[in-house]
Amino acid sequence: MLDDHNAKSMSIIVTKGTLDWAYPPFILATTAAAMGLNVTMFFTFYGLTLLKKDLNLKINPLGNTAMEMPMAGGHMQMPNLLAAMPGATALTTNMMKNMMKRKGVASIEELRDLAQEADVRMIACQMTMDLFEYKPEDMIEGLTIGGAATWVEAATRCDINLYI
Amino acid sequence: MADMVLDAKGLNCPLPILRAKKALKELATGKTLEVQATDPGAVKDFEAFCRTTGNELVEHHMDGKTYVFTIRHTG
Repeated sequence: MLDDHNAKSMSIIVTKGTLDWAYPPFILATTAAAMGLNVTMFFTFYGLTLLKKDLNLKINPLGNTAMEMPMAGGHMQMPNLLAAMPGATALTTNMMKNMMKRKGVASIEELRDLAQEADVRMIACQMTMDLFEYKPEDMIEGLTIGGAATWVEAATRCDINLYI
Repeated sequence: MADMVLDAKGLNCPLPILRAKKALKELATGKTLEVQATDPGAVKDFEAFCRTTGNELVEHHMDGKTYVFTIRHTG
């Protein structure tokens, strides 16, 4: 395969950890790896939660005026006032997860496993680990723990650098 | 007839590509893989995948609602 030599490379800074925002970085990372690119992901701030052993990703439409769910042939939006009510997060998260399952969209757990299988390099931000008091044993195996310089070094060699 | 058949029907982006890559790895160079997919984005994606990885997209057609791709492992 072309990926054995002359490989291109991509890095992604992952800053968000909600159920919806977890998708773009893992989809792009796994696809790029499948297309022969060397991929580095740098997880910082809320993105770091995506590296926890036990994922409990959630979504809430509060303040997200672009979020609408297909329903009965149309689309439905949840008013902010309702989105702020107890139970709204659980309800929206369940709806989203069911819809994804029905439409054959992979789970984040599955994409993360595939990324690791494809040797995607994952860097956990040391500063965020300290800030939010995450321990290495809370996180999945095989991570590099590093800082901004670790990403910058990787990024200088990459053809594509993304911030999500 | 392809040397290997991959059923990726019902799977959405990027799973058909990821499964195809895995299957191609198991195939010797020169052998062909048939991928069956229902993801409407699959045509553009498999064309791009083959161009980038150097594998040959021998042909693709529709069989009812299923996209059928034949890829030769040449990359």
